Amino acid sequence: MARLLLSRLFQVLLVMMAVTAVAFIIFRYVGDPVNIMSREDASVAEKAELRAALGLDAPVIVQFGRFVGRVAQGDLGNSFRNQRPVAGLIAERLPATLELVLVATLLALLVGIPLGVFCALRPHGWLSRSIQAVSLVGISTPTFVTGIVLILIFSVWLKWLPSFGRGDVVRLGWWTTGFLTTSGLRSLVLPSITLALFQVTLIMRLVRAEMLDVLSSDYIRYARARGLPSGYIHRKLALKNALMPVITVTGLQIGALIAFAIVTETVFQWPGMGLLFIQAVSFVDLPVMAAYLLFVGVMFVTINMLVDVVYAIVDPRLRTAGQ
Amino acid sequence: MMAGVVAILLILASVSAPLIAPSNPLDLASFNLADSEIPPVWAEGGDKRFLLGTDNQGRDMLSAILYGARVSILIGGGAVLLAALIGVCLGLLAGYLGGRTDAVIMRIGDIILSFPTILLALLVAGMARAVFPEAGNPRYVPFVLISAIAIHDWVQYARTVRAAAMVEGAKDYVKAARVIGLPPLRIMFRHILPNVMSPVLVIATINLAGAVLTEATLSFLGVGMPPTYPSLGTLIRIGNEFVFSGIWWIALFPALALVILVLAVNVIGDWLRDRFNPKLRVRQ
Amino acid sequence: MTVAPALEIKGLRVEYPREDGSVLVAVDDVSLSIAPGEIHAVVGESGAGKTTVANALIGLIEKPGRVTGGTMRIGGALLDPVTGRGDGVQLGRDIGVIFQDPMTSLNPLFTIESQLTETMRFHLGLGRMEARARALELLNAVGIPEPERRLTSFPHQLSGGQRQRVVIAAALSCNPKLLVADEPTTALDVSIQAQILDLIRNLARERGLGVMLVTHNMGVVAETAQSVTVMLRGRAVEQGPVAEVLGSPQHVYTRGLLAAVPRFDCRLARFAVVSDAGDGKAGAARRTIAARKPAALSDRSGPLLSVEGLTVDYRSRGWLPGSRGHGMRAVDDVSFSIARGEVLGLVGESGCGKTTVASVIAGLVKPTAGRVLYDGQPIAGKGASRLTRASSRQALQMIFQDPYASLNPRMRVGTILAEPVLFYRLAANKAEALDDAGLLLEAVGLERAQAERFPFAFSGGQRQRISIARALGARPRLLICDEPTSSLDVSVQAQLLNLIKDLSEATGLTLLLISHDLAVVRQMCDRVAVMQKGRIVEMNDSESLFSAPSHAYTHELLSLVPRIDRIAANT
Repeated sequence: MARLLLSRLFQVLLVMMAVTAVAFIIFRYVGDPVNIMSREDASVAEKAELRAALGLDAPVIVQFGRFVGRVAQGDLGNSFRNQRPVAGLIAERLPATLELVLVATLLALLVGIPLGVFCALRPHGWLSRSIQAVSLVGISTPTFVTGIVLILIFSVWLKWLPSFGRGDVVRLGWWTTGFLTTSGLRSLVLPSITLALFQVTLIMRLVRAEMLDVLSSDYIRYARARGLPSGYIHRKLALKNALMPVITVTGLQIGALIAFAIVTETVFQWPGMGLLFIQAVSFVDLPVMAAYLLFVGVMFVTINMLVDVVYAIVDPRLRTAGQ
Repeated sequence: MMAGVVAILLILASVSAPLIAPSNPLDLASFNLADSEIPPVWAEGGDKRFLLGTDNQGRDMLSAILYGARVSILIGGGAVLLAALIGVCLGLLAGYLGGRTDAVIMRIGDIILSFPTILLALLVAGMARAVFPEAGNPRYVPFVLISAIAIHDWVQYARTVRAAAMVEGAKDYVKAARVIGLPPLRIMFRHILPNVMSPVLVIATINLAGAVLTEATLSFLGVGMPPTYPSLGTLIRIGNEFVFSGIWWIALFPALALVILVLAVNVIGDWLRDRFNPKLRVRQ
Repeated sequence: MTVAPALEIKGLRVEYPREDGSVLVAVDDVSLSIAPGEIHAVVGESGAGKTTVANALIGLIEKPGRVTGGTMRIGGALLDPVTGRGDGVQLGRDIGVIFQDPMTSLNPLFTIESQLTETMRFHLGLGRMEARARALELLNAVGIPEPERRLTSFPHQLSGGQRQRVVIAAALSCNPKLLVADEPTTALDVSIQAQILDLIRNLARERGLGVMLVTHNMGVVAETAQSVTVMLRGRAVEQGPVAEVLGSPQHVYTRGLLAAVPRFDCRLARFAVVSDAGDGKAGAARRTIAARKPAALSDRSGPLLSVEGLTVDYRSRGWLPGSRGHGMRAVDDVSFSIARGEVLGLVGESGCGKTTVASVIAGLVKPTAGRVLYDGQPIAGKGASRLTRASSRQALQMIFQDPYASLNPRMRVGTILAEPVLFYRLAANKAEALDDAGLLLEAVGLERAQAERFPFAFSGGQRQRISIARALGARPRLLICDEPTSSLDVSVQAQLLNLIKDLSEATGLTLLLISHDLAVVRQMCDRVAVMQKGRIVEMNDSESLFSAPSHAYTHELLSLVPRIDRIAANT
């Protein structure tokens, strides 16, 4: 287990190195910051001065070192677009995205797992067949289409739910939450359903496939041959085996949800980090792009670590390795 | 069956768009602002000339969708081909040679997979714009999009092919080829490759659906095809601005076309997977 | 008053509907009866329907197959063929089951205790503590050391033999009347097999347990069972006490089956089976092949191949810097040589390193130390060069164990056979090479026209013939046979071994035969080396080794192999 964690840690470092390097390259080489930051008619001497002031005349390795140092201190530079510190921009937008992703994940798991189990246990029933068919439509529908259709039905035609923004939020320290007001909760409904729908079908299909696999395994056949009741076999034995890979996938999917939040936030004008990022992309606001990339890298690595630890705790083959 | 027919019809219809479309949506001169925002024929105020209505500039929606689907399929197909080519070659190398080659290729793959397709594609598309100002030109956008999608998707092929190549490589027929004395490249491409192609086909089909979705998403977010040369995603992006004013057809019809296209491809992918996965086949 | 039999099957019929609407009858009118304390073997070759009979009993016939006729009674109570239950009969309580592969029958995520006690808690209504106490008792009874500690273990922490003991303990946990054992020792080594069979014998006697033992191994039948049913294509062709059926078989199929089993007591010139002995087309083709000049050989008269101090370590290499991984010594200082025209056997249990030795000789694995000399030239290890390896490669060919993996499924048989011929430029062009492929096919008893087909169209035995033909195509001097028949039925095995014998005699081939089956080695080899844990513990000419083994391990192996000439004493 220690070996496993150690090798994981190494991988994490590798990923973070790669991400930081990419962020640095974006920051430093994609478009010359000097050209971007100086006036159109600046002279060569003025530019050189600015270059020196920004530390861009030092060797690349030194610059990279400084970059890592600044990032470690939380200094991500200023946005080209509105000249505000990027770290502050991100902190402002973080709660909106995380709350959205959290609700969507819970929704996806709570709906996806039971549906998957049901479809695996009755693979030939008409209900599970129709769920299967609907799920195929689900994975074929892009997030933004879901969002537009939901807005059209529930906001434009029925006028039941708001179609953009977070509604009223409550401030808790630096965190802002939409969980505590009616308008905040109402605003959360459509975006979270939009974000979760794709994941529901994904998790459902995965659970179903895993469950079918496990049900045809020798040890489940053997459990049947011992005359154990089928309810016990399905709920206690097979489900545990089938949920193992779901842990991994859920971890990966939380990452994917953060990414897909970009789309959902665009459709619903949700004031989260995704919206910030997409605006940065269209304005070529490099510091914001680099910072977002770093943030996603950290999130991914953390989630992957957590998944590995959970896995190692749940799976006896890993837990007892080396004993 | 149905899915196959639908997919083939759609692909045929969009490839032959210039022949069957009522008008040419790329030719600015062919449409008239006076015709803008006309609803589909069956709705009140519909016009017989425009079966599915028109957009804000008076473009015929049906023609725009046919041309848009063509762009989507071309970019999706291009991305799948590029990703499969890279992935299969690297996967074979990693799986058969093993050791350091394997470690390096798969570590790079791991890092790439740490990022969702859409994020990586956004990044590549965004960076391409920053580096080459020309990247926004409609002539180059498809290539930027194809590479942006393929840079993520090749890993899946590489992983599958690597795993399959390791399994096949340990089988006796490969050992027999080695005992005969055949050189590694010949063993890889003549003996192993044909035996790992069926999962590649399945992934390619499923990936085609994914690539079309990714392209649509990028275009929807405004970093894909420009409005002058719209794909389905661009059309939906344009339509999205009018949803609140109740002009639903501009967004909804391209969206429907996109979902049907992806659905048909997915159904075929599912069917292929069930067919090629002996585990799911009923034992005789 | 007579005691009701533990199991009574009358007129059992199992059908599988095919896709085209016809019906495959997997089991046809099979009846058998097992008394309490009796071990009844059901034998037959693959596809005979013996496993289907066992599955019918435990309600595990795979869909769309179903039981369409007959009755099954457990201790007198009628069993419902669909649910596997009956009046007062409960699967798991009254019928215990053991499957073939102990590695996959236990759930990897649950402890031994949980898997042992759940059956008792459901069927006997025992509490947690009672069930635990009884589980301890059972683990003791099946001979698992440190049962206290083992209860908290997970399956992956136990060896294959121990797992099978746990499975047996679980099967016995509710005092069943009948134990259904489907090939319970096929996946195990001979020494473990002997222990498990011993355990089953004792349990049957002590507990008055009826045992239905499904097996393909006649030796296991002879040493373990009291009565036997011989099955052929779904029907029971012969039935009776083991001594009668094996001693004086009545049915022609039983006689053929017994004749095909390699004998242990003496070496015969050939297996007594109807086969394609060198007559007609096959004979002509063999003579053509025998007349060819094989790969060149020096005039020296030394051994054809010698292995000197061969050592192979497998290292699981981690990719982390600094993690060296654990080394495993697969082969430890092995030396032997093979004279021209000789047949050398290499035997041992799984994991003893015999296949690794073969792989080094064939150039598939690099040795850690030591070397291999072919015709006086080093070809592996110290002193070997690209040149010497290349020059020997053609002369050393190999046939493999798994007939289903040893032919490329995407290539036509003709192309497979032509590949080495073309590669070594033994034919001027592709047409000639394909013609040669036809000749090779005839030599191994197949038809020239079959070169057009793909491997899936052939049976396991036929595929091994193609493998042999491919090896012959390179015109080798030494043929390495790695368990060539271990996945084949005995009658097919006998034919194939006859073929290898005939071909090597006709072409003057030298053979290295690797096998875990001592009887096969006895029938085929001039000289035998016994391997244990990477070392050769004994090497001698075949007759002396089998009649008077000198090493304790050889002795033990010889005594453990189930033999048809040792019929169970407790009949």
